[in-house]
Amino acid sequence: MPAMNMIQALNSALDCMLDADPTVLIFGQDVGYFGGVFRVTDGLQKKYGLTRCFDAPIAESGIVGAAVGMGAYGLRPVVEIQFADYIYPAYDQIVSEAAKLRYRSAGQFTAPLTVRTPYGGGIFGGQTHSQSPESLFTHIAGVKTVIPSNPYDAKGLLISAIEDDDPVIFFEPKRIYNGPFDGWRDRPVSGWAGHPQAEVPREHYRVPLGKAVIARPGDAATVLAYGTMVHVALAAVAHSGVDAEVIDLRTLVPLDIETIEASVKKTGRCIVVHEAPLTSGYGAELVALVQERCFYHLEAPIVRVTGWDTPYPHALEWDYFPGPERIGEALKSIMSGEAL
Amino acid sequence: MKNAPALSLHIPEPSRRPGEAPDFSRLKLGEAGGAPRPPVHAPAETMRDLAYDLIRVLDDAGRALGPWDPGLDEETLVRGLKAMILTRVFDERMYRAQRQGKTSFYMKCTGEEAVACAQALVLRREDMGFPTYRQQGLLIARGYPLVDMMNQIYSNAADPIKGRQLPIMYSSRDYGFFSISGNLGTQLPQAVGWAMASAYSGDDRIASAWTGDGATAEGDFHHALTFASIYRAPVILNVVNNQWAISSFSGFAGTQGSTFAAKGLGYGLPSLRVDGNDFLAVYAATRWAEARARSNQGATLIEFFTYRAAQHSTSDDPARYRPADEAALWPLGDPIQRLKAHMILLGLWSDAQHLAAEEEAQDMVRAAAREAEAIGTLGQSRVSSRTLFEDVFKEPDGRLRRQRQQLGV
Repeated sequence: MPAMNMIQALNSALDCMLDADPTVLIFGQDVGYFGGVFRVTDGLQKKYGLTRCFDAPIAESGIVGAAVGMGAYGLRPVVEIQFADYIYPAYDQIVSEAAKLRYRSAGQFTAPLTVRTPYGGGIFGGQTHSQSPESLFTHIAGVKTVIPSNPYDAKGLLISAIEDDDPVIFFEPKRIYNGPFDGWRDRPVSGWAGHPQAEVPREHYRVPLGKAVIARPGDAATVLAYGTMVHVALAAVAHSGVDAEVIDLRTLVPLDIETIEASVKKTGRCIVVHEAPLTSGYGAELVALVQERCFYHLEAPIVRVTGWDTPYPHALEWDYFPGPERIGEALKSIMSGEAL
Repeated sequence: MKNAPALSLHIPEPSRRPGEAPDFSRLKLGEAGGAPRPPVHAPAETMRDLAYDLIRVLDDAGRALGPWDPGLDEETLVRGLKAMILTRVFDERMYRAQRQGKTSFYMKCTGEEAVACAQALVLRREDMGFPTYRQQGLLIARGYPLVDMMNQIYSNAADPIKGRQLPIMYSSRDYGFFSISGNLGTQLPQAVGWAMASAYSGDDRIASAWTGDGATAEGDFHHALTFASIYRAPVILNVVNNQWAISSFSGFAGTQGSTFAAKGLGYGLPSLRVDGNDFLAVYAATRWAEARARSNQGATLIEFFTYRAAQHSTSDDPARYRPADEAALWPLGDPIQRLKAHMILLGLWSDAQHLAAEEEAQDMVRAAAREAEAIGTLGQSRVSSRTLFEDVFKEPDGRLRRQRQQLGV
């Protein structure tokens, strides 16, 4: 099996779907001849032709709006929004249109589209190339939200997203496109080669939506994370010496609450980690669900380790980023019972 | 010291307000039969004047003049006239139903019937229309069951869309009528995307979309023109310029000194300005745009110049912001009266036949209302509570199943 980084794995997923299904087509800014600013669509136009993978104008609302119409026609469009920070002009088309079309037409029309978009920081991108807007979509009835953390899942989840009959927002953690960055920013960064989840079959396979995975088993505490933060959480746990279980959510909607519930009932302690700001972040939803289901098993308050409630900074990126030190302190606090 | 006057902010105002006599002196209407008709295969840049002209076929005497006369046969003329009559009768009945408390909301298209009714006869039922909220004539002209429209308006147990939407936000895939959105302009790039999908698939179907004049200010209108132009999408983009966006006159959509059709010129699209109260002109312009779209020549923007004779909705009172008799004195008249006069002139129609057609429409609407009201008006009848959780996704996820159990259904 070949070793692939996330970009190659995502490219392979698109390749498989273009090959398997003539109703699949790709468009977005710079995705055609050039192959995308992150190279995820590299070579696809050449292999499948102009009409299967083509450039779009700089008009995100137009891109998603056109995809909604294509979905209603019977195609499965896959669109790229170049950075998640640029998705806001398309918000109305996603929230009011793609997400609601099946419901408001009682199933006469559907929008089976996939919106791929790189998200997250740690790349010195400043506020317009670093944001994590996932909770703006998890709050919306009618849309699914997927965030992979490694090449194998990235390919299998993207295939599941494209094959899904409902709209899916597919966030790609761009900090780990080329390697599993673990948050220790001063240490050398390794690529994906040699990582067990970088073994990616060339052929079509699925990773189902709505199924979390235990990234590291443990008995002392549960850490909930997704995307880049899975690797940061794993590094923090290794550094802390706490035998914590790390759960990679993989999809936020639908959420695999059963896996979370079983873990927290076992460990009695829980930390939620995300890069997005604290207030009304997806972590708030996770904390609420965990306390509703596991309250009598909890040995300590649930702690959130997240970005601050500030815009994403440039020079002060590492003050913002919830790195392994902060996660480690949170682990210490829930184990000792001392407040952070 | 400055030698120029200080800056001053311009806020547009219509030329007349309530209590004043309407003023139509600024309208550039041209003569019936005066606008040239380019060949269907002519390049867009050879016809830019048509964005400022006004394509008219019927003159004030009811004669059909000039190169845009579509030369319709008797059957089509009768069908069109009857569809417009039925639309108006339906509107009046449902307006009264709202006033009687049978539903919460209604929107009439009085004075604009020609736009949807003529276009419904040109486009195929297999094509996809992306309407806004004043194109009920599309459904009525195609023979969609009136009782199903009423069931939707009453949000009752037989509502085809299960009580999910505000009255008049119909949806019918089988009749080429896309689900109406209350968010203005969103349907325009969707129509272009649908048309792109048809072209991508090697199909022969086209899309058509409608917006009011006000919503041309939305970004999505411009995205639609951009995409339609880039990808030569087989789509007709219609701006129904009825002069009023609730209480804002069309000057608030940025056309002072210009036209809505002219908005298409910057995108390189053929752009027509058409008398929207002239059934024959609407039919002819649509057929021309349809022929271009179906022959791979891409999109056309059409401005239909008309007048919103009714209030915006049952929640609106236009007497508060425009002269009360502006509609009655509208220089382009009423679409039903104009087509009727033309057909009488041709010897195809009579006052007696017109009265009979009105009575027939009344009977159809009355029968449908009886049937719909037997099922129930708003609040008397509704779909099962269980359906609240259906169609959010193809299959409900775990939390939706739990929430349904919590509601106890």
